[in-house]
Amino acid sequence: MTALVLTGLSTGPAQAWGGVRLVPLVREKPIEDLRLDARLYDANLGIVEVDSRTAYSSYIPHGFVANWTRDGTPAAAYGTQLADPAAGDRAPCRIPLRFHRRMARRAGRNRLRFLPLHMALEGYLALHFGGPEIAWEEWSRRAIRHGLSPRVEESYTGAAVSGLADALRVFEILPGQCGVLVYVADALAAAFVVPHPGDYRALHSTLVHDLYGELIYHYAMLSMPVPDFRARIADTEVRSLADLRAQARRQQDEWAAFHDRVMAGGLLGEGYTYQHVYQMGRYRLARFLPPFERQRENHIGELITDDAGRPAYLKTFRLSENQIRRGHLLTRLAASDWNLSDTAAALGVTEPELGRRIETAGFGHLLRQDVRDHYRAQTRRGHP
Amino acid sequence: MTRVETSADLIAADDVLLFVNAAITSTGQREFHSGADEQSLSLDFLHRYLLGNYRDLYAATLALDINDHNAVLIARNLLVTTAEIDSEQRRVEGRLIARRLALLPPPRVYKLFRELRRAKVNNRRTRAIMRDWLAARPDLAFDAVKYRSAIKAAVRHAHLRLGDEQTPAEEMGMEDRRSGKRGIAGMLGRELGPYLFAPNRRVAYSTPVLEAWRRAHYEQAALYELPYTVAEGFAAKHGIARAVFLERIAPRLTRLERLRLQESAHGLEADAVRADLTTMPLTRLASYVLALSLDDRVRRRAELTAALRAAARRTAGDQAGTWGTVAAVLDDSFSAFGSGHKRRRPLAVALACHFLLEALASQYTPLWLSGRADALLVHPYGATPLGERILDALERAPDRLVIVSDGWDNAPPGLAGEVLRVWRTRLDPGHACGIVHLNPVYDAADFDVRRLAPTVPTAGIRDAEDLVALVELAQFAEGRTGIFELRAHLERRIEHFLREGT
Repeated sequence: MTALVLTGLSTGPAQAWGGVRLVPLVREKPIEDLRLDARLYDANLGIVEVDSRTAYSSYIPHGFVANWTRDGTPAAAYGTQLADPAAGDRAPCRIPLRFHRRMARRAGRNRLRFLPLHMALEGYLALHFGGPEIAWEEWSRRAIRHGLSPRVEESYTGAAVSGLADALRVFEILPGQCGVLVYVADALAAAFVVPHPGDYRALHSTLVHDLYGELIYHYAMLSMPVPDFRARIADTEVRSLADLRAQARRQQDEWAAFHDRVMAGGLLGEGYTYQHVYQMGRYRLARFLPPFERQRENHIGELITDDAGRPAYLKTFRLSENQIRRGHLLTRLAASDWNLSDTAAALGVTEPELGRRIETAGFGHLLRQDVRDHYRAQTRRGHP
Repeated sequence: MTRVETSADLIAADDVLLFVNAAITSTGQREFHSGADEQSLSLDFLHRYLLGNYRDLYAATLALDINDHNAVLIARNLLVTTAEIDSEQRRVEGRLIARRLALLPPPRVYKLFRELRRAKVNNRRTRAIMRDWLAARPDLAFDAVKYRSAIKAAVRHAHLRLGDEQTPAEEMGMEDRRSGKRGIAGMLGRELGPYLFAPNRRVAYSTPVLEAWRRAHYEQAALYELPYTVAEGFAAKHGIARAVFLERIAPRLTRLERLRLQESAHGLEADAVRADLTTMPLTRLASYVLALSLDDRVRRRAELTAALRAAARRTAGDQAGTWGTVAAVLDDSFSAFGSGHKRRRPLAVALACHFLLEALASQYTPLWLSGRADALLVHPYGATPLGERILDALERAPDRLVIVSDGWDNAPPGLAGEVLRVWRTRLDPGHACGIVHLNPVYDAADFDVRRLAPTVPTAGIRDAEDLVALVELAQFAEGRTGIFELRAHLERRIEHFLREGT
């Protein structure tokens, strides 16, 4: 399975506001047996109406902050997780958070939100890259012991992406809507799909706490307002009201086809690598990595699919060009079992050049200091 | 008309219609799509533009059904720039302003007086208008208690003499309008001046409301003779429980205070506060209904429906049942929520229009955008598929189609405009079906209400009560309105407006 498809979801009419275009995804039939973890619903929201006899699974999105622990301190979910409600109030895998006093008070209201830090992104990356698996001698002791951690990835919260908060505020959620594709300056920034319209309504506003790459931030800053794809009806073909209705319907179909083929083309496609994480009942949770091809869209994300392969939950993050380069390098290293000379050969470069690339990519600390010095000396002498 | 219209005339007509739409809908408050700052900036620009270019037409809009916020702005702008015009125009403007101020709720007028004071506007015309307005108040002592600091500021600013039997020292002009009024001195008696400027020096007042105010400082029973807003402060001072206070103040509440307090009083079991819903204005009533929870609306369905129908029938008057078959496309999309400032206002207008059209039509089909059939349970949710609903409405071949929407057609964008365009050009070139779009929301970026299609007239609407006049006007204006017709229309309206006052 390498393709990413959105079966079961149909594309609705887009709503543009400033430089942001939001494309709703509508499910004809909501998924009832996989719901957002009940502990994440605000007590006042009261959307979960599943009676206790119905067997259902629940999920907890990555980076979700809630009072998981018994002592009531806030924590963020580490990676999206599937949970069995029958297992009681078992706390999920999580990162404890330390807030300042004011933040803690706000957290006390148990509001739905995602972790508003770049920690969430680091989590993503660290989850994918555990560091060298074979302790080749060139790798530093730290790299072997701690993997790639600590990683620093720059990203922006949705609140910093200009116009996104307003676009989300004025967006009119469609009945039956279970997902959205966020475009900034008509570049796909994120895809978000949930199993049930109730979950979507609860999570819609959390998109503003989500993370967006540097590319999206700059596009939003520099973008002019994007134009609407306005309906056009050729009036010469209309003879009756029925013709007019048919024409109107065709407008919608044409838009959906155009969107899925052209606008979302970079996301929906082949070449993804899936890492199976967990299976519960008929749902399986996987993380996926893009092919890390440079000069094109690359999205990483998490996906829950049912037994028929239909996506129940999807969340993606668009990588910026530098992140794609780093990802590319790491996947090639991993493919050659972190052996430097094999990787250099596979990439068609010399070993010192590879060393320099690792360093410029920000992974210098992974190599032993004397190895780095050696590479540098070789480069300076001009012959490898 | 022998004079040929120039393009400047056409632009003038367009500008004035644009301004009227803005003045009906915008209140300078936050809307769903734009903030309060944008709204007031945009509105302020229009006011300045019209005042600078078409001052006479600008003043004439006071005679139309514009909202109170804009009426105050126009009055203020005219008074600030008095020096720019000759005495004849001054006279006309003065009469228009005075007549409009008489129709406004007093707090708005007092606010205007304060603003004039802050702007240091103290010309003779302003003082005369303030004096005459105060003289026409039915009970100035009551006003003095209820709006104490405002009336104090006004009296001080307009140099009014209190407690003096003579006419004011300055001759304020506009003698023709005085018609025997001798300032406000006579009515005030000798007590108002001391009450406003040195209240603690008197041992007793002979005016009952002033005396109640004096006693309320130390006697709890006396505060129930005061207006609600003033009594509320004294109740807090005496530490009276809210439920007890509401129960006893109930007879002194105004109609709208009653409506506003009914729900919270009910929660406190102060059941004396009961609003008579059947006497409420239609749009206000619709707002009240929408503020109730869905469960409450189901529980009180009969009562609420009856009240809304009664208000609609009263508003329709002798036009009830004369409109033939009517279809209405009513917007209950999420944007009908309005904003925190104007909670559910667009939806309330749509709901009020629904009941009014039901009363006006002989056969009526409501089409809510959400597809909901039960009008009493509407709430703002979902997108705006206007195009599809308009098609549904046109299929029923009504005599009239009324669209009440903020015009943000987004599912898919622009379909409503295309449907209306093709309908007018290909399917119904003979205008067998009259289509009108009423828009309750001012779009700050476009300086107008949002339009659906150029072939369909769009009018701003603030209260559903104006629907009949707006629809008639919009149909008359379906073609291009020239400046001469517009001027003639405005002159008729002014004449009617001023005659009502005398």
